[in-house]
Amino acid sequence: MTARSEPTPKAAHLQPPEVAHVAATEGGWRIEGVLSLRSVSAALPALARIEGADVTLDLSGLKRLDTAGAYALYQTEVRIAQAGGHVRYQGLGPDHAALMERVAAAVPTKPDDAHAAKSLTDRLEDLGRMVAGAGAFVAQLCAMLGMFIARLVRMIRHPYEFRMTALVHHADEVGLRAVPIVMLMSFLIGVVLAFQGAVQLRQFGAEIFVVDLIAISILRELGILLTAIIVAGRTASSFTAAIGSMKMREEIDAMRTLAIDPVTVLFVPRILALLITLPILGMVANLLGLFGGMMMAWIELGISPGVFLARLLEGTSLDHVLVGFSKAPVFAIIIGVIGCHAGMQVGGNAESLGRQTSASVVRAIFAVILANALFSVFFALMGI
Amino acid sequence: MSEDPIIRLRGIRNQFGAQVVHDNLDLDVMRGEVLGVVGGSGTGKSVLLRCIAGLRPPQAGRIEIFGQDALTCPEDTRRAIDQRMGVMFQDGALFSSLTVRENVEVPMRTLKGLDARLRRDLADLKISMSGLPYIAGDKYPSELSGGMRKRAGLARALALDPEIVFLDEPTAGLDPIGASAFDELINALSKTLGLTVFMVTHDLDSLHATCDRIAVLAEKRVMYTGTMAEMLDIDHPWVHEYFHGPRARAATETLERTA
Repeated sequence: MTARSEPTPKAAHLQPPEVAHVAATEGGWRIEGVLSLRSVSAALPALARIEGADVTLDLSGLKRLDTAGAYALYQTEVRIAQAGGHVRYQGLGPDHAALMERVAAAVPTKPDDAHAAKSLTDRLEDLGRMVAGAGAFVAQLCAMLGMFIARLVRMIRHPYEFRMTALVHHADEVGLRAVPIVMLMSFLIGVVLAFQGAVQLRQFGAEIFVVDLIAISILRELGILLTAIIVAGRTASSFTAAIGSMKMREEIDAMRTLAIDPVTVLFVPRILALLITLPILGMVANLLGLFGGMMMAWIELGISPGVFLARLLEGTSLDHVLVGFSKAPVFAIIIGVIGCHAGMQVGGNAESLGRQTSASVVRAIFAVILANALFSVFFALMGI
Repeated sequence: MSEDPIIRLRGIRNQFGAQVVHDNLDLDVMRGEVLGVVGGSGTGKSVLLRCIAGLRPPQAGRIEIFGQDALTCPEDTRRAIDQRMGVMFQDGALFSSLTVRENVEVPMRTLKGLDARLRRDLADLKISMSGLPYIAGDKYPSELSGGMRKRAGLARALALDPEIVFLDEPTAGLDPIGASAFDELINALSKTLGLTVFMVTHDLDSLHATCDRIAVLAEKRVMYTGTMAEMLDIDHPWVHEYFHGPRARAATETLERTA
C-alpha cells in the first residue's frame, strides 16, 4: 500500500494503516481494529490459533470489516466446525452480520480435483490428444485442399461464379509486389554462390565449373525454394490475417447466411493467384540468380558473360530447370492451403489472430522445406 | 447514508475541440447511495464517468473524492484514491490473455503481502458474489457471453473492496432476466458492502429498481438531481419525455404491479 510505505500527511489521512488485533480473553477471543483485505494476511496466523469446542468471538471492537475479513472469519468458523466445535459471535453489528452472511452464502463449492497434480494417465492422455490433434490437423489440410480442387472444378463448369477481379488483385498482391524482394534475394544468392565456388574451385584450376555449380544449384534447388520461403513469409501471414480477421468479426458466418461460399470467394482466388505467380517469381529468381553469378564470375574469375552463357547452355541440361519448376505449383498450394486454413482457425479474439498468423508462417516454411526434401529423394530415386 | 459527499464536482468543463460537452457542471455523490446518471446520447455521461475515474482530466473545475482534490493531489494520493474505487466498463474490459480468476487477481497483486492462496480464494469469492459459477473462473473472456463478461468485470471492479464503484451501462445488452438479476446484485452489494455506486444507465427498470437518486445531464450540466418520484414531477420537456414516455410508463406500471 502506497500510503503506508510513504506516509505523506495527506496520504496518511486518506489511508490510515489498517491493523487487526486478535487477542485471547477470559471468555474466548477478541478481534479489534480493521479486518480488511490489507490487514487480513497479517492476521491469518493469529486467527489460525483460535480453537476450542465452544468459541466465543468478541467483535465489538471491530471498526471495519470487508469481504476479505469476512472470508477469513468464515474460514475460521469452518475450521473449528470441522474439529467439532462451534463459534458464537458477540457484539456483531447488523451490517457486519449481513456481510458475513452474504460472504458465507457466496463461497463457491470447489470441485475436489481442482488442484490435483497430473497423473501418469493424464499425461498419456495429453500425449494421445496431441498425436490425434496432429493427425486431425493434417486431415483438415487435406480437406481444405479437396475443397479447393472441388470448387476449382465447379468453376470450370460455372465460369460466371469465378471472381476474376479478386484473382487479379491477389496476383498483384502476391506476385507483382513480391518481385523486388525476390530479385534482390536471388541476385545476392547468385553472387554468394559464385564467390564461394570461385574460392574453392580455383584451388583445382577448375574455375569454369563455377558455372555448373551456380546453374545447377540455382535452377534445381535454390531459386524456387528460397522464393517459396519468401512467399511463405509474406503471403501465408497475409492470407491468415485477412481471413482470420474476417472470421473474428463473423464476416465469414455472414457470408454463409447470405449463401455465398467462403471457399469460392476467399480461398480459390488466393490459392489460384499463388499457383499462377509462384512459377513466375521462381523464373525471375532463376534469371537474377544466374545474372548475379555471372557478374561475380566475371569480376572474381574473369569469366566473361559470353563464356559463361556458352558454358551454361552446353553444360546444364534442361532437366534441372524442369525439376525446379515442377516443384513450384506444389509449393504454391502448400503455402495457400496452410495460410487459408490457419485463417479459419482464428477464434473470437485478437490474440488468437496473432497466434495463428505466426503459426501459419512457421508451418508454411516448414512444409515447403519438407516437401523440397521429399522431392529430392523422389528425383534421386527416379534418376533425374 | 450519511450526508457528506464522497465525490464533489464543481465547475467541471469538458470539451473536445470546439465542442463543449460539460460547462460549469456541479454534482455531489453521497456516501452509500446508488446514483443513476441519465441523459440523451452525446450529453457526456461516459465522459463524466471517465473524468471522475481519472481517465480524462477536465479542462476546468475541481474534483474532490474522499475529501481530497483528485486533480492536483500528488500521484501517490491519486493511486490511493484509485485503489478505493472500482470501474466496470461497458463490455467488461477484461484482459483477454488472462482467465477470469487471473483478471480478478490483477488488482489484488498490487497489494503487498497478500497471501497467494487467500488471493485466489478471494478471487473465487468475488466471482461467485458477482453471480458467476465457479468454473467461470478458469475461462478466458472470449469464452464468456456478454452478460457473463459484465459480471466478471464487476468482480474485478470489486476486487479491492472499493468504496465507490462506477458502472457504465451495466444492464445494456442483457436479457430482462439477466438485467434484473444484475439490478438485484447491485442492490445487495451496495447494502452489504456499503458501496457507493455511480451508474450510467439508460435502463428505466434499472433506475427504478436500484437508484436512490437520479442525476439528469442536459444542457451541458447536471440539470436535476432527485429521487425517481421527484423526477416524475419535473416538467422540463426532455426529462418529462424520458420519464413519461411509453417505455417509462411500462416500467412504472410493472413496478407498481409487482409492488
